[in-house]
Amino acid sequence: MRFISEFRRSELAEGLISQIHRKSRTPARFMEFCGGHTVTIFRYGIRQVLPSTIEMVSGPGCPICVTANADLDKAIALSQIPDVIITTFGDMLKVPGSRSSLQQVKADGAQVHTVYSTMDALKMAEDNPDKSVVFLGIGFETTAPTIAASILQAEEKGMRNYYVLSLHKVCPPVIRALLDSGEVKLDGLICPGHVSAIIGSHPWEFIARDYGIPCVVSGFEPLDILQCVDMLVDQVENGESRVEIAYRRGVRPEGNQQALRLMEQVFEPSPAQWRGMGEVPDSGLKIRKKYQCFDAELAFDIEPGPTSEPVGCICGDILRGVKTPADCRLFGKACVPENPIGPCMVSSEGSCSAYYLYGGSFGG
Amino acid sequence: MEDKILLAHGSGGKLAHELVEKSFVKALANPLLAKLDDSAVFDLSGRLAFTTDSYVVSPIFFPGGDIGKLAVCGTVNDLAMCGAKPLYLSLSFIIEEGLPQSELEQIVDSVQKAAQEAGVEIVTGDTKVVHKGSADKLFINTAGVGIIAQGIDISGSNARPGDKVILSGTIGDHGIAVISQREGLSFSTKLKSDCAPLGDLVAEMVNASPNIHCLRDPTRGGLATSLNELAKQSGVSIRIEEEKIPVREEVLAACEMLGFDPLYVANEGKLVAIVPAEDADKLLTAMRKNKYGKNTTIIGEVGAEHPGRVVMKTVLGASRIVDMLVGDLLPRIC
Amino acid sequence: MCLAIPALIKYIEDKEAEVEIGGITRRISLWLTPEARAGDYVLVHTGYAINVLDQEQAEETLTLLRQIAELDEEEG
Repeated sequence: MRFISEFRRSELAEGLISQIHRKSRTPARFMEFCGGHTVTIFRYGIRQVLPSTIEMVSGPGCPICVTANADLDKAIALSQIPDVIITTFGDMLKVPGSRSSLQQVKADGAQVHTVYSTMDALKMAEDNPDKSVVFLGIGFETTAPTIAASILQAEEKGMRNYYVLSLHKVCPPVIRALLDSGEVKLDGLICPGHVSAIIGSHPWEFIARDYGIPCVVSGFEPLDILQCVDMLVDQVENGESRVEIAYRRGVRPEGNQQALRLMEQVFEPSPAQWRGMGEVPDSGLKIRKKYQCFDAELAFDIEPGPTSEPVGCICGDILRGVKTPADCRLFGKACVPENPIGPCMVSSEGSCSAYYLYGGSFGG
Repeated sequence: MEDKILLAHGSGGKLAHELVEKSFVKALANPLLAKLDDSAVFDLSGRLAFTTDSYVVSPIFFPGGDIGKLAVCGTVNDLAMCGAKPLYLSLSFIIEEGLPQSELEQIVDSVQKAAQEAGVEIVTGDTKVVHKGSADKLFINTAGVGIIAQGIDISGSNARPGDKVILSGTIGDHGIAVISQREGLSFSTKLKSDCAPLGDLVAEMVNASPNIHCLRDPTRGGLATSLNELAKQSGVSIRIEEEKIPVREEVLAACEMLGFDPLYVANEGKLVAIVPAEDADKLLTAMRKNKYGKNTTIIGEVGAEHPGRVVMKTVLGASRIVDMLVGDLLPRIC
Repeated sequence: MCLAIPALIKYIEDKEAEVEIGGITRRISLWLTPEARAGDYVLVHTGYAINVLDQEQAEETLTLLRQIAELDEEEG
């Protein structure tokens, strides 16, 4: 596959790995913020091939993992309303809320459908005019513009039965909150590749400027991550801190202006609940008044019930990078992929899931 | 108006008998079935292999096959994986009322063709019709019996350190072919299911080497799950190399799009063999001569450390664990 | 996060495009990339093109990686 296979070639990796080993002298801790990067790192065993001077830690960039129980409970409550069809990305199906999960309510008869795209949800709304189709809007800035586009398409077509429950979040404020907490000391940040494809590289500048942390925007193939680490090592060894783009084929410094315009048109910033971090100001996206007829929060009487958190679950600490899955008493015992207690074990890119499935510290 | 299957077709009365004779007996013509006794009666002696399976695939027609072909091949392959020569199958249909008769006939036709290719006979069967909503168009249950020649001992617990792991071809074809038809995930592809009967392939393998230790067909849960089962059953570790595993480009592309790992996607016409190292090359040659083994490769070997684990060497040369599939394969955005 | 894969635009109809990757084809939306043309590669995320891939930059990156690999071989 063009532009994928070339970036997985082992003979090109060897050179990069040797170069990193040669250059890296100063101990450094790099965090990958984005869950997709976590998957690549574990799937290809990148930690194993890096020198011992480099420590890798995973951050809260998994939109599934950071969805608070209260928000998931809202989605589950919506599924119980007669004539409501919930459409969702597959990632959300198994995440446990306070009492149940979408998968469980589906088994009990609720109308919950997995879709690949909002295009499918819109079609479902068109095919079922007597039902209300609610789309669970999760994801960061990569996904939010596509949801915005779906609302605009629904408006264009005069649709009255398509709604979005916006649980969208944006990244830069939460990274600032994480760095402000002082809990994790970082020497470099692997910046999310596809979020940056939308927002560009400028929004990360505050990290280099205000916190002195080198930032490199990375793609998702193993060679991309290795190239990114190589560039971070360069900055560390030269005592620099600036924002660079390694993923040049996918990211422009100014981002995707059209996508940003659509996002701005449909959404406005709002506070949002992040699992493990509490409320972070301006880190969420709320549907603007102009499009409120598509807002599921306003259209339905949602009664999610009291929120509760699972006892002993330290997903919050793991998301902030202060603890690892190995530190959790439940990991691998009560909390396993087939019976997850917290979202870090459910999401395919959660740290706990990655650790468990790929043998976290296996071999390195 | 199209003829549909009605509840009455499953009630045991005249309509039911007509259906059985017209649609089943005629198409699957063999003396044992034609007798239409309550049981098929035959002589068979030796070591027998006996298996049962149920097929609930949706949609019932998919590129490269249908539920009927799947039912025969799946059952035949289960027998073949024990080194048995598949002989007789039973076939039970649970039909949702309203299924067009033409679709049923198409499926029975597939059953007949698959049975003929596999060299087996459908000797007994059953038909039930249930209310709309009680079955997803059609469910098929099968049982199969085969005979194992003297001296053959093929079992999941026979793998030994030093053995080689052989895979008969590309992985993920069936799962992706089926999912390409599912609403909400549709994409166009020329990809077909690899659904195929492997009895002959296994017979040729046994001919080439009577010392095959394990055979398994990686159906639901994919290659990863089957290898994990074998590793646990035998108390050994299995080490495979990512670069050696053959995957069609379309399967890779669909997996990339939906967020699947091809290691977990179902196959219906492939097998994994664990064999003594000295027999590996012989078997490779024999398998590649068979039309269902053209892309056979050695993908790894059996070790003693980390018993019960499957470990894969990635393209970077690092090692990572390959676990069993947990739950369902769900398409993801992240 | 954010699975997005590079796909080739075969043809465009209104605000949608038929794309191909690795032999499979699918209809996607160009709402976020109105500048895309047939023959472009786009990054596809949940059925939408989120960016047009810069093929020149891709080649440059690969050239750089090849140079690093060659240098390593010489030193090695």
